[in-house]
Amino acid sequence: MRRLAFVIPLVVFIALAIFLAVGLTRDPREVPSPFIGKPAPSFKLERLQEPTMAFGPAEMKGKVWMLNVWASWCVACREEHPVLVEFSKRNAVPIVGLNWKDTRESGLKWLDRFGNPYALSVFDGDGRVGIDYGVYGAPETFVIDRDGVIRYKQIGAITPEALDEKILPLLKSLGA
Amino acid sequence: MIPELGHFALIVALALALAQVAIAFTGARTGNSALLATVRPAAIGQFVFVAGAFAALAYCFVTSDFSVLNVTQHSNSKLPVNYRFAATWGSHEGSILLWALMLATWTFLVAAVSRSLPERFVARVLGVMGLVSVGFLLFILITSNPFERLLPAAAEGEDLNPLLQDPGMVIHPPMLYMGYVGFSVAFAFSIAALLEGRLDAAWARWSRPWTLAAWCFLTVGICLGSAWAYYTLGWGGWWFWDPVENASFMPWLVGTALIHSLAVTEKRGTFRSWTVLLAIMAFSLSLVGTFLVRSGVLTSVHAFATDPRRGIFILLFLVLVVGGSLTLFAWRAPRVGLGSGFGAVSRESMLLANNVLLAVAMSAVLLGTLYPLFLDALGMGKISVGSPYFDAVFVPLMAPAIFLMAVGPVASWKRAALPELWVRLRWALGVSVVAALAVPFMRGKVTPMIVFGIWLGFWVITATCAQVIQRLHGSPQPTLGGKIAAQSRSWYGMVLAHLGIAIFILGVTLVKGYETERDLRMSPGDRVTLAGFDFAFKGTKQLPGPNYSVVQGEFEVSRGGKPERVLYPEKRTYPVSGQTMTWAAIDTGVTRDIYVSLGEPVGDGAWGVRVYHKPFVDWIWAGCFVMALGGLFALSDRRYRLRKQVTEAATPAAASASA
Repeated sequence: MRRLAFVIPLVVFIALAIFLAVGLTRDPREVPSPFIGKPAPSFKLERLQEPTMAFGPAEMKGKVWMLNVWASWCVACREEHPVLVEFSKRNAVPIVGLNWKDTRESGLKWLDRFGNPYALSVFDGDGRVGIDYGVYGAPETFVIDRDGVIRYKQIGAITPEALDEKILPLLKSLGA
Repeated sequence: MIPELGHFALIVALALALAQVAIAFTGARTGNSALLATVRPAAIGQFVFVAGAFAALAYCFVTSDFSVLNVTQHSNSKLPVNYRFAATWGSHEGSILLWALMLATWTFLVAAVSRSLPERFVARVLGVMGLVSVGFLLFILITSNPFERLLPAAAEGEDLNPLLQDPGMVIHPPMLYMGYVGFSVAFAFSIAALLEGRLDAAWARWSRPWTLAAWCFLTVGICLGSAWAYYTLGWGGWWFWDPVENASFMPWLVGTALIHSLAVTEKRGTFRSWTVLLAIMAFSLSLVGTFLVRSGVLTSVHAFATDPRRGIFILLFLVLVVGGSLTLFAWRAPRVGLGSGFGAVSRESMLLANNVLLAVAMSAVLLGTLYPLFLDALGMGKISVGSPYFDAVFVPLMAPAIFLMAVGPVASWKRAALPELWVRLRWALGVSVVAALAVPFMRGKVTPMIVFGIWLGFWVITATCAQVIQRLHGSPQPTLGGKIAAQSRSWYGMVLAHLGIAIFILGVTLVKGYETERDLRMSPGDRVTLAGFDFAFKGTKQLPGPNYSVVQGEFEVSRGGKPERVLYPEKRTYPVSGQTMTWAAIDTGVTRDIYVSLGEPVGDGAWGVRVYHKPFVDWIWAGCFVMALGGLFALSDRRYRLRKQVTEAATPAAASASA
């Protein structure tokens, strides 16, 4: 038994090494989300800028729009942010921000500092809506069509390539 | 010509490292004294040639030889000469070469000052270090040659990342690498000891100064990096739980555990297999960390795709070194005796608890750091775990460790009595509780976290003071001066390092609890008041810089109508790369920093301006330096210099281990 305990570090390391090896050989590719093709879960949240006003996906019925999960503590969001700001200038579709597991104060400050690409942002401080949407990290972005159905989910930062190759063609096909 | 000479020096160094390995292990196995006598010259030769290669690369950078690809990509002729030199390690290739140089330097030091140790043991140590060198030199030569030519030569270089053009960045990487790589010595000692089957007190004593030295470098290196982030990133943060920071912090956590564990192994003969595992882990994490940072896997998996050889090499090397040593550990360590037992309340038990907490904290940081890598590698996108995870996990793990840190030195070895501990520490507890309540009330804001943090800081200080007073009191010398002189330097080192932790905790708590900031638009002539300071924005002007242009803002800071300082924050634009940098203006004080940085121009001479009042923020780095100073004190203990006599005297622990 005692001998066995001494093998544990080796086993842990081998598991790690196998994981890294698998990661090395595999091309990064999209893993389909179970939410694609399903109606976007409804919610009612306070807006970030105007806490007295609420917002829910129902308001966007009839429009193609994007829901972007972000937080001021998230480094990858900072990488993604300039891409979103650029994209928002084209006025293609409204982007709604879901300010996730954040404080209102730092969220607002973040938008002041780095620019605000969002038509509006809602505040999800405890991350409940994030759970409904299956969010397991920030940033994530959902493309939702006119009928309120999720058509695409970007896990991680939106890169210029992802925007050009996936999101823009999809938006075009959805008639946005 | 010089780049080719540098390249050639690397090849010679590789040959010498291979010879070093072969001679060392053959010599250690056969006991052939001619072979054993050749190990040191081979190791020293390897150092000379690696240093030569590094000097060649530095020469290319300083003279702006743009026929070298690496120089073209990371330097520029307009760069001031000190940054041209620092640019030597500003690239992937250069920093791996710096790594190899540090390893060769440590190898050289071991070869130079280990004359009093048994020849075969030293041979094995140098053999293990040579093996690591072989790996690194091969890695440089096969996948990351810094001397690659660019023909025809470029007319001008692409410039060094402006973030790295900073005095802090000139010394931070060498310090950090000295620390990282320094753990290779403790690692090599442990592997050699496992091979010989002698994990005894002598082994622990030989390892201790090397581990301490590496730990000091690493502490200072991390501290400089954090200070650099504070004043160059322009948003006043000092730790971001960024993968690069974590990569250096994980070996530090394990190294800290290792220092303490080695002390127990040396003094009591216990924790032997745990100590050896920590020594393997500390260096393995240095390797994992270096590669995570250097290979770019954490910022992008595509780094592997562009040069698959690099990724494969990294993985094979890791498997060989870490997997090999852990296999050796699984095979040899069970034979090591358990050493003497100890009670549930004793200095050993507290040190063990601290060790476990440090190791768990390291695992939590590792998990948080690699989680995005796992997802990224599996194609699930890039995700930030972020500081909410690290803060939530790290603080509850470290708080009990720090509480025990103050109790441990007061408890006696083997078995301590709780009532006695209570008697010795009750004053410390009382004073720290009073301070924890008084300080927040005086500053006018009381939250549970602030009270807890201040209590923890003061608890470490008061308990350490109690320990010092009791120890001096119990010392047999008649005069106070005699009592003070009679204590060992390593004990003073421990006291200092623990006080450093307390200073650090107080700094973190006070700055997190009481910092205030304003983020606003200011036109020339506007004023803003923050924490009793009045800031008047006088406007901006354009200035020339050596290799950049500057927009400099002027802020008059006054307090109660009396002028205090004029601060000049800058926005620097580097024309070659087109990047801009925020250069915050900081008025540093013992009890507070005032920090002003320029954001973006918003038209009509108005600027986005950030003003911070950061109470006690410098205590964070001061605490780290005091910790490192403690390490240096312990390192200067005379028993490490009297190694010869100590080694020859058979210690009871050594006898029991070899039995």
